[in-house]
Amino acid sequence: MPANRFNGYTDYEVGIGLRVPHYDHILSKKPIVDWFEIISENYMVDGGRPLKILDQILDQYRVVQHGVSMYFGSAQPLNRDHLKRIKELTKRTKTPWLSDHLCWGSVDGRYTHDLLPLPYTFEAVRTTAERIRMVQDFLEIPLAVENVSSYAAYNDSEMTEWEFLNEVVHAADCGILLDVNNIYVSSQNHDFDPMDYVNSIPAERVAQIHIAGHSKFEKYILDTHDHPVLDPVWKLYGRAIERSGPTATLLEWDDNIPSFDEVHAEALKAHRFLRAAETAMSVGAGLREEAHV
Amino acid sequence: MNLLELQRRMAEDVRRPLTEDYEMRSFADDGRPVADIAASYISPNSRLSSFERLEIYNRQYWFRLITAVSEDYPTLNALLGQKRFDALILAYLDEHPSTSWTLRDLGAKLPAFLAAHPEFAGRRHRLAVDVANLELAYVDAFDGKQLDPLTTEEAQAIGADSRLFLQPHLRLLELAYPVDNLVLAVKKEMPEVDIVSSAATHRDVTNRAKIPPVKRGKLFLAVHRYDDSVYYRRLEKETFLLLEGLRLGASVAAAASQAFAKSKLTPDAQALLLQQSFAHASQLGWLCPLPGTDVALPHLEMKVN
Ligand SMILES: [Fe+2]
Repeated sequence: MPANRFNGYTDYEVGIGLRVPHYDHILSKKPIVDWFEIISENYMVDGGRPLKILDQILDQYRVVQHGVSMYFGSAQPLNRDHLKRIKELTKRTKTPWLSDHLCWGSVDGRYTHDLLPLPYTFEAVRTTAERIRMVQDFLEIPLAVENVSSYAAYNDSEMTEWEFLNEVVHAADCGILLDVNNIYVSSQNHDFDPMDYVNSIPAERVAQIHIAGHSKFEKYILDTHDHPVLDPVWKLYGRAIERSGPTATLLEWDDNIPSFDEVHAEALKAHRFLRAAETAMSVGAGLREEAHV
Repeated sequence: MNLLELQRRMAEDVRRPLTEDYEMRSFADDGRPVADIAASYISPNSRLSSFERLEIYNRQYWFRLITAVSEDYPTLNALLGQKRFDALILAYLDEHPSTSWTLRDLGAKLPAFLAAHPEFAGRRHRLAVDVANLELAYVDAFDGKQLDPLTTEEAQAIGADSRLFLQPHLRLLELAYPVDNLVLAVKKEMPEVDIVSSAATHRDVTNRAKIPPVKRGKLFLAVHRYDDSVYYRRLEKETFLLLEGLRLGASVAAAASQAFAKSKLTPDAQALLLQQSFAHASQLGWLCPLPGTDVALPHLEMKVN
């Protein structure tokens, strides 16, 4: 760890999301950034500026693709045209792994464009895992599924969210994009201890981690990505890194986007935890070596 | 409820139009209380009822979709005012729900919908339709497909019998109002936006531009992309007709004779305009070889009639 088969055996550190308001800054100032995460759908177009910018970024930076419309959990067959277009883009970006959400969002050819939560049932495990396997086979790239934040729970659920995530990733044999902000948001909306969630994750499957800010409303918390990361989320992040080892980490900031430097500085706060995890790992490795001798 | 049944149930609930105050409706179309429907598959918690939890998704669906369409139509939004614009978008999306994984094409049928529904625009209906058509043309020109245009040699070999293909991102518009400057002015103030994965919490009001009165006046316009920026180019009527003819598959001679059939220009001026039209179109990369055909047309000579 952190290089594993779910992130293409890479050792990426802290990245940030590539967003339109930062294009000029990035291309003119060429800041040092370990990697950028792109939302695939923003570049699945036929031509023009988005692809030109992407090519300029690819000349200088490493890029990982993150999607918002795969809907692994939708009950009906996958959209072949969509998959073909994603595959085309993966050839352009050479993304070492690809992530999308553990959710559903379309039915009968109609799209909600939302990341809707799944009922935590064995039927949903089977359906979702089968679709993830099909996508993975088609794209020939390691996949990581991201836990979403949710505001509703279903009467039909037969297990906890983390049990569901475990079942799906084992059945699909895929990686996890662990979003610790989403865990926190959901823990507040569904009254569970977010540490129980983090502690139950199969650490060896974590390909990447998301951190982000959220908004608190009177009766619930929304995943708005418009704030710095809050302390309880950093705490979960620290624990996740402690379990998985230093893992590719990405700060999501999608609304009220401040300057590039501000976003980058916020993301780089993750280094504190990554270095601590590295130290812990090397101490651990040293101890093991001694024991071996 | 199996997975597919649950998804069909929830999709119907999430897509149900909101009240005028952007809240979830209390009753479904068949008269059933939505609170009962919500409770049939969503569990409450100590702070939120099943209805309130479903409402978060119902509102989020509409906020996200209205925002996505309004980002493509900022001038139309300003022209109609937010209330009328939102009513238009709600009615439009109710009739044309998204059938694609991308939000990019969500507003593609809005100009046609608006043309068929004058009640959403009142007195300025034709003006609103022109604005909508121009804003859609911008979207298409911005990231539409780009083909390799004719080379200089190929362009020089264009002859009377040549058939050409127009650059896919080029849009040709015949407008009743000269709305190009208006739309450009509003567009300049608009930030470009991304698709993101965060929650949509409210209806963003990003546009408070006031639209000045616009006088009627025919305008022929080309909307195209050059060096990754979108441009509007005013065209002579004859040039517009010529390009339209080519786009519909006519030969150069047929398109030219159609374009100049009612022209009031002198024969010399017609010849000059025809020549200039081809020169500009090929300089701007608008002329492409017909897909699947040999681009070289050495047996033909350019004839100006
Ligand atoms: Fe995330």
